Amino acid sequence: MAQSKVQFGYRRHPDQDRPGGAPAGHAVVVVGAGPVGLSLAIDLAQRGHKVVLLDDADRIGEGSRAICFSKRSLEFWDRLGVGDRMVEKGVVWSVGKIFHGASQLYQFNLLPEQGHKRPAFINLQQFYAEAYLVDRVQHLPDIDLRWRNKVSALDRRNDHVALTIETPEGPYTLHAQYVIACDGARSSLRQMVGAEFSGQVFEDQFLIADVKMTAAFPTERWFWFDPPFHAGRSALLHKQPDDVWRIDLQLHPDADPLVEKKPENVAPRIARMLGHEQFDFEWISLYKFQCRRMDRFVHGRVIFAGDSAHQVSPFGARGANSGLEDAENIAWKLDRVLRGTSPETLLETYHTERSAAADENIRESTRSTDFMAPTTEQEARLRRAVLSLAKETEFGKRMVNGGRLSVPSVYDTPLSTPDADVWRGGPRPGTSMPDAPVADHTGNPMFLTEAFIRKGTRFTLLTFGNGKSIDAPEGVGTIKVGGDDGMIDAAGFAGQRYDADGGATYLLRPDGYVAARFREPSRPAIEAALARACGLS
Amino acid sequence: MPLSTSSNFARPDDAFRAVVEAHRGLSEAESADLDAALVLVLANHIGDIEVLKEAIALAKRRMLDASQQQQQQQQ
Repeated sequence: MAQSKVQFGYRRHPDQDRPGGAPAGHAVVVVGAGPVGLSLAIDLAQRGHKVVLLDDADRIGEGSRAICFSKRSLEFWDRLGVGDRMVEKGVVWSVGKIFHGASQLYQFNLLPEQGHKRPAFINLQQFYAEAYLVDRVQHLPDIDLRWRNKVSALDRRNDHVALTIETPEGPYTLHAQYVIACDGARSSLRQMVGAEFSGQVFEDQFLIADVKMTAAFPTERWFWFDPPFHAGRSALLHKQPDDVWRIDLQLHPDADPLVEKKPENVAPRIARMLGHEQFDFEWISLYKFQCRRMDRFVHGRVIFAGDSAHQVSPFGARGANSGLEDAENIAWKLDRVLRGTSPETLLETYHTERSAAADENIRESTRSTDFMAPTTEQEARLRRAVLSLAKETEFGKRMVNGGRLSVPSVYDTPLSTPDADVWRGGPRPGTSMPDAPVADHTGNPMFLTEAFIRKGTRFTLLTFGNGKSIDAPEGVGTIKVGGDDGMIDAAGFAGQRYDADGGATYLLRPDGYVAARFREPSRPAIEAALARACGLS
Repeated sequence: MPLSTSSNFARPDDAFRAVVEAHRGLSEAESADLDAALVLVLANHIGDIEVLKEAIALAKRRMLDASQQQQQQQQ
């Protein structure tokens, strides 16, 4: 079995020895050092804030758990300075194949376009992702990561939150202006604020096995309905680094978890699937899943992100990826509120944007799950009809749902300025910025997402040189494409992807989402859009 | 485009007959399988989610009417 790669010691902190016992006060306390909490802490620290990051364990979690990290997550990690490491270690993929029985129904390519810095997905064991994030944290002196610090009580007061924290050497208290709860699906902070966490429970059981073997299967996502080696159920095969393969088998709802989980019972199933017995188990886990979310992600000064706020089935890679999108969404907003440049109401738009994204993820993941495990005879009948129609029709293939993979949500948000001009394409307000290959004016190739990082990952005007140019307001970066002094868009991808033929200026938010766009930008229009995106109007 | 409920076939009896005959000789389960496939094929041909939703609503309304009638008869 896989061992945790990194173990950390508990260390006593001066906050535990305050003279007179008066609690130390901090601006931000992040609870939970998983991928979401770690990424959030890094983002906040890079924006100049001191962050206390608490985790109740002293090690990085065991087992692969999340394995698929999306293009969008990789772009976020690029902004945090860890993207390269993730991609170097990860297995890059973009093609998925769906089989019914022994024959292939269809295949899809999640990134059919050229000219993006990052692939559609990488597969990487969650413990590697966490280890790289912890390494990055250790280079950021503004993050104070405290292992074996378990929040045991939370008291919400008018202007701060009081946390009681258990350690191996006894409890202490902290005061925080804001607490971000990234403490996972079984969040204890969620219970402490008394929030409901309701939704749909699925009865079917799934068995995850990570097996180590050398195999010549391509690096694609393979999904079977009713495979010859696992009749009547579904199966998934996916490659991870280190010659580890993720195998996911749907079990009967009545299967006995303890019996099914025994390696001697798992092995024959896998052997039938692979056609040989030359593999070792890294990790075996049996699970049922739920799709549910909190009603409110923002509880005053306690804000929930990732699995603590919403939970989905694993089909579609929507768990960790949506949690990372949460982190990126809240980080820049909290940054502005802490600096006093935006009102606290800006945080409410975190709930607006990310709870809608959670609804979308739950909807997609519920649909996939229902398709894989129909609950009524009529649902099963409709699924049979789709699978049989898929053999000879294109529409049937498209209806087969073996997991729709995570793409960034488009926000319908009060922070966006609605389009006033006519656009035939390009990202509308509320959409994550598309990448494109460009070169700087000296000819050095780079990507738009990299140019955005070089401008400081802040509000940025992306403007195309064939249109009207405009001076950016104070504190706003400018990326100019085309013209005498702009970046070179030799292949024309950037112009195409941003529908820039008639001139275009996009106002990008610090999380890379489009806040507004103009054919003929004017200074007042830009300033109004900026104020709106900052929650100031 | 709203759901069309005016008569679209020049010879509506032929259409009704074609569906009836497709079910001839099938068991209940086979008939249900056929209907499921047919519904999906036709839904895709329509290719308009609003029209499909209207069609579903119309069909469901018929079922409600039928069950109300049954209840009234029982009273």
